[in-house]
Amino acid sequence: MCLAIPSKIVSINGKKGIVDMGGIKKEVGLDFIPEAKIGNWILLHTGFGLEIISEKDALETIEAINEAYHVMPDEY
Amino acid sequence: MNTKEFQNPKLIKKIVDRLKRNKRQISLMEVCGSHTMAIGKWGIRNLLPDNIKLISGPGCPVCVTPMSIIDASIDLKDVTIAIFGDLMRVPGEKGTLELARAKGLDVRIVYSPIDALKLAQEKETVFVGIGFETTIPGIAYTIREAYEKNIKNYSVLTSLKIVPPALELLASADDINLNGFILPGHVSVVTGANAYNFLPEKYNIGGIVTGFEPADILVSVDRLLQQVEKNEPKIENEYSRIVTPDGNKHAQKIMKEILEIDDGIWRGIGKIPKSELKIRKKYSNYDAAKKYNINIEYKEDKSGCQCGDVLKGNIIPPQCHLFEKVCTPSNPIGPCMVSSEGSCAAYYKYERKQ
Repeated sequence: MCLAIPSKIVSINGKKGIVDMGGIKKEVGLDFIPEAKIGNWILLHTGFGLEIISEKDALETIEAINEAYHVMPDEY
Repeated sequence: MNTKEFQNPKLIKKIVDRLKRNKRQISLMEVCGSHTMAIGKWGIRNLLPDNIKLISGPGCPVCVTPMSIIDASIDLKDVTIAIFGDLMRVPGEKGTLELARAKGLDVRIVYSPIDALKLAQEKETVFVGIGFETTIPGIAYTIREAYEKNIKNYSVLTSLKIVPPALELLASADDINLNGFILPGHVSVVTGANAYNFLPEKYNIGGIVTGFEPADILVSVDRLLQQVEKNEPKIENEYSRIVTPDGNKHAQKIMKEILEIDDGIWRGIGKIPKSELKIRKKYSNYDAAKKYNINIEYKEDKSGCQCGDVLKGNIIPPQCHLFEKVCTPSNPIGPCMVSSEGSCAAYYKYERKQ
Protein backbone atom coordinates (compact mmCIF):
# COMPACT_ATOMS: atom_id res chain seq x y z
CA MET A 1 0.00 0.00 0.00
CA CYS A 2 2.97 2.25 0.47
CA LEU A 3 3.69 1.91 -3.23
CA ALA A 4 4.86 5.26 -4.54
CA ILE A 5 5.46 6.14 -8.14
CA PRO A 6 8.17 8.37 -9.63
CA SER A 7 6.56 11.11 -11.72
CA LYS A 8 7.84 14.25 -13.44
CA ILE A 9 6.42 17.68 -12.64
CA VAL A 10 5.34 19.47 -15.82
CA SER A 11 3.66 22.52 -14.27
CA ILE A 12 3.09 24.17 -10.90
CA ASN A 13 0.29 26.42 -9.71
CA GLY A 14 0.70 27.38 -6.04
CA LYS A 15 0.74 24.23 -3.92
CA LYS A 16 -0.63 22.09 -6.74
CA GLY A 17 1.36 20.59 -9.54
CA ILE A 18 0.66 18.58 -12.66
CA VAL A 19 2.73 15.45 -13.13
CA ASP A 20 3.26 13.30 -16.16
CA MET A 21 2.84 9.60 -15.36
CA GLY A 22 3.79 7.84 -18.56
CA GLY A 23 1.67 10.16 -20.66
CA ILE A 24 -1.17 10.63 -18.16
CA LYS A 25 -1.39 14.08 -16.59
CA LYS A 26 -2.51 14.25 -12.97
CA GLU A 27 -2.91 16.99 -10.39
CA VAL A 28 -0.93 16.39 -7.20
CA GLY A 29 -0.44 18.18 -3.89
CA LEU A 30 3.00 19.71 -3.37
CA ASP A 31 2.36 20.74 0.25
CA PHE A 32 5.06 18.38 1.59
CA ILE A 33 7.64 19.36 -1.04
CA PRO A 34 7.23 23.15 -1.43
CA GLU A 35 10.74 23.38 -2.88
CA ALA A 36 9.77 21.25 -5.91
CA LYS A 37 10.36 22.77 -9.35
CA ILE A 38 9.11 22.05 -12.84
CA GLY A 39 11.18 19.23 -14.30
CA ASN A 40 11.83 17.56 -10.92
CA TRP A 41 11.14 13.86 -10.57
CA ILE A 42 9.07 13.32 -7.46
CA LEU A 43 7.84 10.34 -5.49
CA LEU A 44 4.05 10.34 -5.68
CA HIS A 45 1.77 8.61 -3.18
CA THR A 46 -2.05 8.89 -2.92
CA GLY A 47 -2.09 12.23 -4.71
CA PHE A 48 0.75 13.89 -2.81
CA GLY A 49 4.38 14.44 -3.71
CA LEU A 50 6.42 12.97 -0.85
CA GLU A 51 9.98 13.68 -1.92
CA ILE A 52 12.08 14.98 -4.77
CA ILE A 53 14.10 12.15 -6.25
CA SER A 54 17.78 12.89 -6.51
CA GLU A 55 19.03 11.76 -9.92
CA LYS A 56 22.54 12.56 -8.74
CA ASP A 57 22.16 10.22 -5.74
CA ALA A 58 20.64 7.52 -7.97
CA LEU A 59 23.68 7.69 -10.28
CA GLU A 60 26.12 7.77 -7.38
CA THR A 61 24.42 4.77 -5.73
CA ILE A 62 24.59 2.59 -8.84
CA GLU A 63 28.17 3.70 -9.55
CA ALA A 64 29.17 2.75 -6.00
CA ILE A 65 27.40 -0.61 -6.28
CA ASN A 66 28.97 -1.37 -9.67
CA GLU A 67 32.38 -0.49 -8.26
CA ALA A 68 31.87 -2.62 -5.13
CA TYR A 69 30.96 -5.68 -7.22
CA HIS A 70 33.45 -5.00 -10.01
CA VAL A 71 30.89 -4.40 -12.74
CA MET A 72 32.03 -2.18 -15.61
CA PRO A 73 29.58 0.65 -16.47
CA ASP A 74 28.77 -0.79 -19.90
CA GLU A 75 28.72 -4.44 -18.79
CA TYR A 76 25.23 -5.86 -19.44
CA MET B 1 13.83 8.15 -14.34
CA ASN B 2 15.79 5.12 -15.49
CA THR B 3 16.40 2.44 -12.88
CA LYS B 4 17.39 -0.23 -15.37
CA GLU B 5 20.94 -0.36 -14.12
CA PHE B 6 19.59 -1.62 -10.79
CA GLN B 7 18.28 -4.63 -12.74
CA ASN B 8 21.53 -5.41 -14.59
CA PRO B 9 21.78 -9.25 -14.67
CA LYS B 10 25.62 -9.15 -14.64
CA LEU B 11 25.54 -7.07 -11.46
CA ILE B 12 22.88 -9.29 -9.89
CA LYS B 13 25.00 -12.39 -10.60
CA LYS B 14 28.08 -10.87 -9.02
CA ILE B 15 26.18 -9.90 -5.85
CA VAL B 16 24.61 -13.38 -5.64
CA ASP B 17 28.02 -15.04 -6.16
CA ARG B 18 29.36 -13.07 -3.23
CA LEU B 19 26.35 -13.95 -1.07
CA LYS B 20 26.84 -17.65 -1.85
CA ARG B 21 30.31 -17.55 -0.29
CA ASN B 22 28.70 -16.88 3.09
CA LYS B 23 27.92 -20.07 5.03
CA ARG B 24 26.43 -18.47 8.14
CA GLN B 25 22.75 -19.03 8.99
CA ILE B 26 21.06 -15.63 8.64
CA SER B 27 17.45 -14.50 9.04
CA LEU B 28 16.46 -11.08 7.76
CA MET B 29 13.03 -9.52 7.91
CA GLU B 30 11.44 -7.08 5.51
CA VAL B 31 8.64 -4.95 6.93
CA CYS B 32 7.21 -3.43 3.79
CA GLY B 33 4.58 -4.97 1.53
CA SER B 34 6.25 -3.49 -1.55
CA HIS B 35 9.48 -5.27 -0.58
CA THR B 36 7.52 -8.52 -0.09
CA MET B 37 6.18 -8.14 -3.63
CA ALA B 38 9.55 -7.12 -5.08
CA ILE B 39 11.28 -10.12 -3.47
CA GLY B 40 8.66 -12.40 -5.04
CA LYS B 41 8.58 -10.63 -8.38
CA TRP B 42 12.35 -10.66 -8.89
CA GLY B 43 12.70 -14.25 -7.60
CA ILE B 44 15.13 -13.08 -4.92
CA ARG B 45 14.46 -15.99 -2.55
CA ASN B 46 15.36 -18.47 -5.29
CA LEU B 47 18.62 -16.64 -5.98
CA LEU B 48 19.75 -16.82 -2.37
CA PRO B 49 21.52 -19.80 -0.80
CA ASP B 50 19.46 -21.84 1.72
CA ASN B 51 21.32 -20.42 4.70
CA ILE B 52 19.98 -16.89 4.03
CA LYS B 53 16.33 -16.64 5.00
CA LEU B 54 14.13 -13.67 4.13
CA ILE B 55 11.07 -13.40 6.37
CA SER B 56 8.11 -11.11 5.75
CA GLY B 57 7.00 -8.99 8.70
CA PRO B 58 4.01 -6.72 9.36
CA GLY B 59 4.57 -4.50 6.34
CA CYS B 60 1.06 -4.33 4.95
CA PRO B 61 -1.30 -1.73 6.51
CA VAL B 62 -4.40 -3.50 5.20
CA CYS B 63 -3.30 -6.73 6.91
CA VAL B 64 -2.95 -5.12 10.35
CA THR B 65 -6.16 -3.06 10.22
CA PRO B 66 -8.39 -4.39 13.04
CA MET B 67 -11.55 -6.30 12.14
CA SER B 68 -13.48 -3.76 14.24
CA ILE B 69 -12.75 -1.10 11.59
CA ILE B 70 -14.32 -3.23 8.84
CA ASP B 71 -17.31 -4.18 11.02
CA ALA B 72 -17.88 -0.60 12.16
CA SER B 73 -17.75 0.62 8.54
CA ILE B 74 -20.32 -1.99 7.50
CA ASP B 75 -22.61 -0.79 10.30
CA LEU B 76 -22.56 2.86 9.19
CA LYS B 77 -25.86 4.01 7.74
CA ASP B 78 -26.82 6.86 5.42
CA VAL B 79 -23.25 7.94 4.70
CA THR B 80 -20.78 7.51 1.88
CA ILE B 81 -17.92 5.26 2.95
CA ALA B 82 -14.71 6.07 1.11
CA ILE B 83 -11.92 3.50 1.16
CA PHE B 84 -8.65 2.61 -0.52
CA GLY B 85 -9.35 -0.26 -2.93
CA ASP B 86 -7.23 -2.78 -1.01
CA LEU B 87 -9.73 -2.70 1.85
CA MET B 88 -12.74 -3.74 -0.22
CA ARG B 89 -12.42 -7.50 0.17
CA VAL B 90 -10.90 -7.69 3.66
CA PRO B 91 -13.19 -9.77 5.87
CA GLY B 92 -14.35 -8.63 9.28
CA GLU B 93 -16.73 -10.63 11.46
CA LYS B 94 -19.63 -9.13 9.53
CA GLY B 95 -18.28 -9.93 6.08
CA THR B 96 -16.60 -7.56 3.65
CA LEU B 97 -17.34 -4.04 2.44
CA GLU B 98 -17.66 -5.55 -1.04
CA LEU B 99 -20.56 -7.73 0.11
CA ALA B 100 -22.07 -4.84 2.07
CA ARG B 101 -21.92 -2.69 -1.07
CA ALA B 102 -23.73 -5.42 -3.01
CA LYS B 103 -26.46 -5.16 -0.36
CA GLY B 104 -26.77 -1.42 -0.88
CA LEU B 105 -24.11 0.26 1.32
CA ASP B 106 -22.65 3.33 -0.42
CA VAL B 107 -18.97 2.32 -0.60
CA ARG B 108 -16.64 4.22 -2.95
CA ILE B 109 -13.02 3.47 -3.77
CA VAL B 110 -10.75 6.51 -3.79
CA TYR B 111 -7.19 6.91 -5.01
CA SER B 112 -6.40 9.83 -2.71
CA PRO B 113 -7.76 11.12 0.63
CA ILE B 114 -8.47 14.35 -1.28
CA ASP B 115 -10.98 12.43 -3.40
CA ALA B 116 -12.71 11.35 -0.17
CA LEU B 117 -12.92 14.97 0.97
CA LYS B 118 -14.44 15.90 -2.40
CA LEU B 119 -17.16 13.25 -1.89
CA ALA B 120 -18.19 15.12 1.27
CA GLN B 121 -19.41 17.96 -0.98
CA GLU B 122 -22.23 15.65 -2.08
CA LYS B 123 -23.07 13.70 1.06
CA GLU B 124 -21.92 12.92 4.62
CA THR B 125 -18.71 10.96 4.06
CA VAL B 126 -16.60 8.73 6.28
CA PHE B 127 -13.14 8.00 4.96
CA VAL B 128 -11.68 4.76 6.33
CA GLY B 129 -8.18 6.14 6.71
CA ILE B 130 -5.66 3.35 7.06
CA GLY B 131 -1.94 3.39 6.46
CA PHE B 132 1.63 3.73 7.65
CA GLU B 133 3.76 6.89 7.69
CA THR B 134 3.77 7.07 3.87
CA THR B 135 0.02 7.56 3.73
CA ILE B 136 -0.68 9.36 7.03
CA PRO B 137 0.40 12.91 6.03
CA GLY B 138 -2.13 13.00 3.15
CA ILE B 139 -4.91 11.84 5.47
CA ALA B 140 -3.92 14.45 8.08
CA TYR B 141 -3.97 17.07 5.30
CA THR B 142 -7.66 16.38 4.56
CA ILE B 143 -8.57 16.74 8.26
CA ARG B 144 -6.84 20.12 8.39
CA GLU B 145 -8.54 21.19 5.15
CA ALA B 146 -11.96 20.18 6.50
CA TYR B 147 -11.26 22.07 9.74
CA GLU B 148 -10.01 25.23 8.03
CA LYS B 149 -12.81 25.28 5.45
CA ASN B 150 -15.42 24.28 8.04
CA ILE B 151 -16.53 21.24 6.04
CA LYS B 152 -18.83 19.52 8.52
CA ASN B 153 -19.86 16.32 6.77
CA TYR B 154 -16.43 14.70 6.57
CA SER B 155 -14.81 12.43 9.13
CA VAL B 156 -12.09 9.79 9.18
CA LEU B 157 -12.25 6.35 10.78
CA THR B 158 -8.57 5.89 11.47
CA SER B 159 -6.22 2.95 11.70
CA LEU B 160 -2.95 4.84 11.29
CA LYS B 161 0.00 2.72 12.32
CA ILE B 162 3.61 3.72 12.79
CA VAL B 163 6.36 1.27 11.96
CA PRO B 164 9.14 1.78 14.58
CA PRO B 165 7.10 0.42 17.56
CA ALA B 166 6.28 -2.74 15.57
CA LEU B 167 10.00 -3.17 14.85
CA GLU B 168 10.69 -2.73 18.56
CA LEU B 169 8.20 -5.49 19.37
CA LEU B 170 9.87 -7.83 16.86
CA ALA B 171 13.40 -6.90 17.93
CA SER B 172 12.59 -7.62 21.58
CA ALA B 173 10.71 -10.90 20.94
CA ASP B 174 12.40 -13.99 22.37
CA ASP B 175 10.93 -16.41 19.85
CA ILE B 176 12.16 -14.78 16.65
CA ASN B 177 15.86 -14.87 15.89
CA LEU B 178 16.45 -12.00 13.53
CA ASN B 179 19.85 -10.84 12.33
CA GLY B 180 18.69 -7.66 10.68
CA PHE B 181 15.89 -5.67 9.10
CA ILE B 182 15.40 -4.68 5.47
CA LEU B 183 13.78 -1.35 6.33
CA PRO B 184 10.87 0.12 4.35
CA GLY B 185 11.72 2.49 1.51
CA HIS B 186 8.69 4.73 1.34
CA VAL B 187 7.77 4.82 5.04
CA SER B 188 11.33 6.05 5.56
CA VAL B 189 10.82 8.90 3.07
CA VAL B 190 8.64 10.44 5.78
CA THR B 191 10.37 9.17 8.95
CA GLY B 192 13.97 9.43 7.75
CA ALA B 193 16.58 6.69 8.25
CA ASN B 194 17.49 8.00 11.71
CA ALA B 195 14.08 6.87 13.03
CA TYR B 196 15.53 3.35 13.37
CA ASN B 197 18.68 4.20 15.33
CA PHE B 198 17.15 2.60 18.44
CA LEU B 199 17.50 -0.84 16.83
CA PRO B 200 21.30 -1.11 17.09
CA GLU B 201 21.49 1.11 20.17
CA LYS B 202 18.90 -0.72 22.25
CA TYR B 203 18.59 -4.17 20.67
CA ASN B 204 21.96 -4.73 19.02
CA ILE B 205 20.30 -5.41 15.67
CA GLY B 206 21.01 -3.56 12.43
CA GLY B 207 18.92 -2.52 9.46
CA ILE B 208 19.17 -0.95 6.05
CA VAL B 209 16.68 1.32 4.32
CA THR B 210 16.28 -0.27 0.91
CA GLY B 211 14.93 0.49 -2.54
CA PHE B 212 12.77 -1.83 -4.61
CA GLU B 213 14.96 -2.91 -7.52
CA PRO B 214 16.67 -6.33 -7.38
CA ALA B 215 20.14 -4.81 -6.93
CA ASP B 216 18.81 -2.64 -4.09
CA ILE B 217 17.51 -5.66 -2.18
CA LEU B 218 20.49 -7.94 -2.83
CA VAL B 219 23.03 -5.26 -1.93
CA SER B 220 21.13 -4.69 1.31
CA VAL B 221 21.23 -8.39 2.12
CA ASP B 222 24.98 -8.35 1.51
CA ARG B 223 25.52 -5.29 3.71
CA LEU B 224 23.47 -6.81 6.53
CA LEU B 225 25.62 -9.95 6.22
CA GLN B 226 28.70 -7.80 6.59
CA GLN B 227 27.21 -6.17 9.69
CA VAL B 228 26.60 -9.60 11.22
CA GLU B 229 30.07 -10.88 10.30
CA LYS B 230 31.77 -7.86 11.85
CA ASN B 231 29.28 -7.78 14.75
CA GLU B 232 28.71 -4.11 13.98
CA PRO B 233 24.94 -3.56 13.87
CA LYS B 234 24.01 -0.16 12.50
CA ILE B 235 21.39 1.64 10.41
CA GLU B 236 22.41 2.15 6.78
CA ASN B 237 20.60 3.89 3.96
CA GLU B 238 20.87 2.17 0.59
CA TYR B 239 17.93 4.21 -0.79
CA SER B 240 19.57 7.61 -0.44
CA ARG B 241 18.26 8.67 -3.84
CA ILE B 242 14.95 9.25 -2.07
CA VAL B 243 15.36 8.77 1.69
CA THR B 244 17.17 11.36 3.82
CA PRO B 245 18.51 10.91 7.37
CA ASP B 246 15.75 13.06 8.93
CA GLY B 247 12.84 12.46 6.55
CA ASN B 248 10.26 14.89 5.25
CA LYS B 249 9.85 17.68 7.84
CA HIS B 250 6.70 19.09 6.21
CA ALA B 251 4.96 15.71 6.32
CA GLN B 252 6.10 15.15 9.92
CA LYS B 253 4.80 18.58 10.91
CA ILE B 254 1.25 18.00 9.69
CA MET B 255 1.18 14.56 11.33
CA LYS B 256 2.14 16.10 14.69
CA GLU B 257 -0.29 18.97 14.26
CA ILE B 258 -3.37 16.83 13.59
CA LEU B 259 -2.54 13.52 15.30
CA GLU B 260 -1.15 12.20 18.57
CA ILE B 261 0.46 8.93 19.60
CA ASP B 262 -1.64 6.27 21.33
CA ASP B 263 -1.58 2.51 21.79
CA GLY B 264 -2.63 0.66 18.65
CA ILE B 265 -4.48 -2.56 17.89
CA TRP B 266 -2.86 -4.56 15.10
CA ARG B 267 -4.88 -7.33 13.52
CA GLY B 268 -3.32 -10.72 14.19
CA ILE B 269 -0.84 -9.23 16.65
CA GLY B 270 -2.81 -7.40 19.36
CA LYS B 271 -2.02 -4.21 21.18
CA ILE B 272 1.33 -2.55 20.48
CA PRO B 273 2.14 0.33 22.85
CA LYS B 274 2.40 3.77 21.27
CA SER B 275 2.08 2.40 17.74
CA GLU B 276 -0.89 4.35 16.44
CA LEU B 277 -1.73 7.93 15.59
CA LYS B 278 -5.16 9.16 16.60
CA ILE B 279 -6.91 12.44 15.83
CA ARG B 280 -6.23 15.20 18.39
CA LYS B 281 -9.06 16.60 20.50
CA LYS B 282 -8.99 19.89 18.62
CA TYR B 283 -10.06 18.04 15.46
CA SER B 284 -12.43 15.55 17.14
CA ASN B 285 -15.36 16.69 14.96
CA TYR B 286 -13.52 14.90 12.15
CA ASP B 287 -12.91 11.72 14.13
CA ALA B 288 -15.50 9.17 12.94
CA ALA B 289 -14.89 7.00 16.02
CA LYS B 290 -16.14 9.90 18.18
CA LYS B 291 -18.80 11.12 15.74
CA TYR B 292 -20.43 7.69 15.46
CA ASN B 293 -19.47 6.33 18.90
CA ILE B 294 -17.32 3.51 17.48
CA ASN B 295 -15.21 1.40 19.80
CA ILE B 296 -12.18 -0.22 18.19
CA GLU B 297 -11.27 -3.43 19.96
CA TYR B 298 -9.19 -6.51 19.26
CA LYS B 299 -11.09 -9.47 17.85
CA GLU B 300 -9.67 -12.97 17.53
CA ASP B 301 -9.89 -14.31 14.00
CA LYS B 302 -12.09 -17.40 14.25
CA SER B 303 -11.64 -18.49 10.63
CA GLY B 304 -8.45 -20.41 11.35
CA CYS B 305 -6.45 -17.83 9.39
CA GLN B 306 -2.86 -17.65 10.65
CA CYS B 307 -2.13 -14.21 9.23
CA GLY B 308 -0.97 -13.09 12.70
CA ASP B 309 1.73 -15.75 12.78
CA VAL B 310 2.77 -14.80 9.24
CA LEU B 311 3.01 -11.12 10.19
CA LYS B 312 5.18 -11.91 13.19
CA GLY B 313 7.46 -14.11 11.09
CA ASN B 314 6.57 -17.26 13.06
CA ILE B 315 5.51 -19.12 9.93
CA ILE B 316 5.73 -18.59 6.17
CA PRO B 317 2.44 -18.56 4.22
CA PRO B 318 2.64 -22.16 2.85
CA GLN B 319 2.82 -23.37 6.48
CA CYS B 320 -0.71 -22.06 7.14
CA HIS B 321 -3.14 -24.97 6.81
CA LEU B 322 -5.57 -22.81 4.79
CA PHE B 323 -3.01 -21.53 2.25
CA GLU B 324 -3.82 -22.55 -1.31
CA LYS B 325 -6.29 -25.21 -0.13
CA VAL B 326 -9.18 -22.94 0.78
CA CYS B 327 -7.50 -19.52 0.97
CA THR B 328 -6.66 -18.12 -2.46
CA PRO B 329 -6.73 -14.62 -3.97
CA SER B 330 -10.19 -15.33 -5.44
CA ASN B 331 -11.43 -16.68 -2.09
CA PRO B 332 -9.30 -14.96 0.56
CA ILE B 333 -9.93 -16.03 4.14
CA GLY B 334 -7.60 -13.50 5.76
CA PRO B 335 -6.15 -10.08 5.02
CA CYS B 336 -2.66 -11.32 4.05
CA MET B 337 -4.26 -13.01 1.02
CA VAL B 338 -6.59 -10.09 0.22
CA SER B 339 -4.12 -7.27 -0.01
CA SER B 340 -2.09 -7.23 -3.20
CA GLU B 341 0.93 -6.61 -0.96
CA GLY B 342 0.09 -9.22 1.67
CA SER B 343 2.65 -11.95 2.28
CA CYS B 344 0.22 -14.74 1.38
CA ALA B 345 -0.81 -13.02 -1.86
CA ALA B 346 2.87 -12.55 -2.75
CA TYR B 347 3.68 -16.20 -2.05
CA TYR B 348 0.60 -17.33 -3.98
CA LYS B 349 1.46 -15.22 -6.99
CA TYR B 350 5.20 -15.78 -7.21
CA GLU B 351 6.43 -18.63 -5.04
CA ARG B 352 3.96 -21.49 -5.23
CA LYS B 353 5.38 -24.85 -6.15
CA GLN B 354 3.54 -25.74 -9.36
